[in-house]
Amino acid sequence: MTVDQLRDIAGAVPDPEIPVLTLHDLGILRDVQLAADGTVEVTLTPTYTGCPATAVIAGDVETALRTAGVARINVRTVLSPAWTTDWMSQDGHRKLREYGIAPPVACQPAQSALSAPRSIGLTLSARCPRCGSTTTREISRFGSTPCKSLWACLSCAEPFDSFKAI
Amino acid sequence: MTAASLSRQPLDSADIDQADIDQADIDQADIDQIALASYVLGLGDDTLILAQRLGEWITRAPQIEEDIALGNIALDLLGQARTLLSYAGELEGKVTGTSRGEDDLAFLRDEREFRNVHLVEIENGDFAVTMARQLIFSAYQYELYTALLTSTDPTLSALAAKAVKEVAYHRDHATQWVLRLGDGTPESHDRMQAALDQVWPYVEEIFDTADTADILTALPGVAADPAALRPAWSRYVEAVITTATLSLPAPTWRSRGGRAGYHSENLGHLLPDMQNLHRSHPGASW
Repeated sequence: MTVDQLRDIAGAVPDPEIPVLTLHDLGILRDVQLAADGTVEVTLTPTYTGCPATAVIAGDVETALRTAGVARINVRTVLSPAWTTDWMSQDGHRKLREYGIAPPVACQPAQSALSAPRSIGLTLSARCPRCGSTTTREISRFGSTPCKSLWACLSCAEPFDSFKAI
Repeated sequence: MTAASLSRQPLDSADIDQADIDQADIDQADIDQIALASYVLGLGDDTLILAQRLGEWITRAPQIEEDIALGNIALDLLGQARTLLSYAGELEGKVTGTSRGEDDLAFLRDEREFRNVHLVEIENGDFAVTMARQLIFSAYQYELYTALLTSTDPTLSALAAKAVKEVAYHRDHATQWVLRLGDGTPESHDRMQAALDQVWPYVEEIFDTADTADILTALPGVAADPAALRPAWSRYVEAVITTATLSLPAPTWRSRGGRAGYHSENLGHLLPDMQNLHRSHPGASW
């Protein structure tokens, strides 16, 4: 198998928490190499340092490659360069919207509440993935997984998750 | 240096010189490694112990969003702790020949071997006390990781680049709550002020350069001098406090000794909770 084929197999593994996204869509598959002794070296980076899905993802990549007939696999996790939501593919953005999660906006440092101390939601409004309204409200900057925040749409009254820009 | 001589005072460079170690066995590189391991362990223990404390809020926070927020923040800190403790164990292993893993360090050390500052081990108190502690600690970590971005140690700079983005969210979370409670009702204002007064004696210890002197001398460019983080920290925190219509506390005492392993009884109560499962069922997994 060529390195490109191996990269496609590893890249097609779905994220365990948001299964509509592949590792390629997320941008966390950093590298796939074929060593001289036939070992496939896969490099992943976590979304958040404490993300519990990281170990599961490494196991899923190994399983996918093994199923494809690769005997020797070495999956390692690197922190640098630090993952950013800017690495998510445009296809990933579309899939997230269709799944009901607002995709991340272009990365900017998390703003401080100090810059406008009496308002609470300071980042750009997330667009409601159900009705498309931008009349939305951030409920909490921390959601059901480390990478998401919790929002409510004021037009269709539905709550929704938004992917945090980091 | 033998493993036996180190195991009595693991990762404590301050005691190495006085320990009954044959000086001829130690070379400078080993002393530098121990200083680095000790520094990394201190940072790792801060994040581990605070993660454990914040986890105590889950199911007890004032609203479900706060359960989730504090759980998420604890998880980020635990992720940082895993990187730091693994690295500390690896560095220690280079000198002793037997490295301890992250779980060994988290679950099999006793109170005197923990190197965290006192701030992170104090009890959660009411929600205002936890937010006061979060403001102090996340603003400190924000400056710490910003400084470590340029560390010459590749593991520390890589972690810093990752963690500074997480900590920016933690700092913002604490800021929003201190503003809301301080500039809220008379009751919330008084309790927020009482919380600041309660945690402020623990601030000085965080910025105590003496605790980091070994590593700053041994390996310049690797660690961040805590005292140098203070001005930017003060600017940020004091602006929050002023905007929240609160006043800056003037404590009459200060904590010290956490980095040398001297702790309050709070840590003694926290550790059995954190370590019991691992010690009762070694190697348990699910």
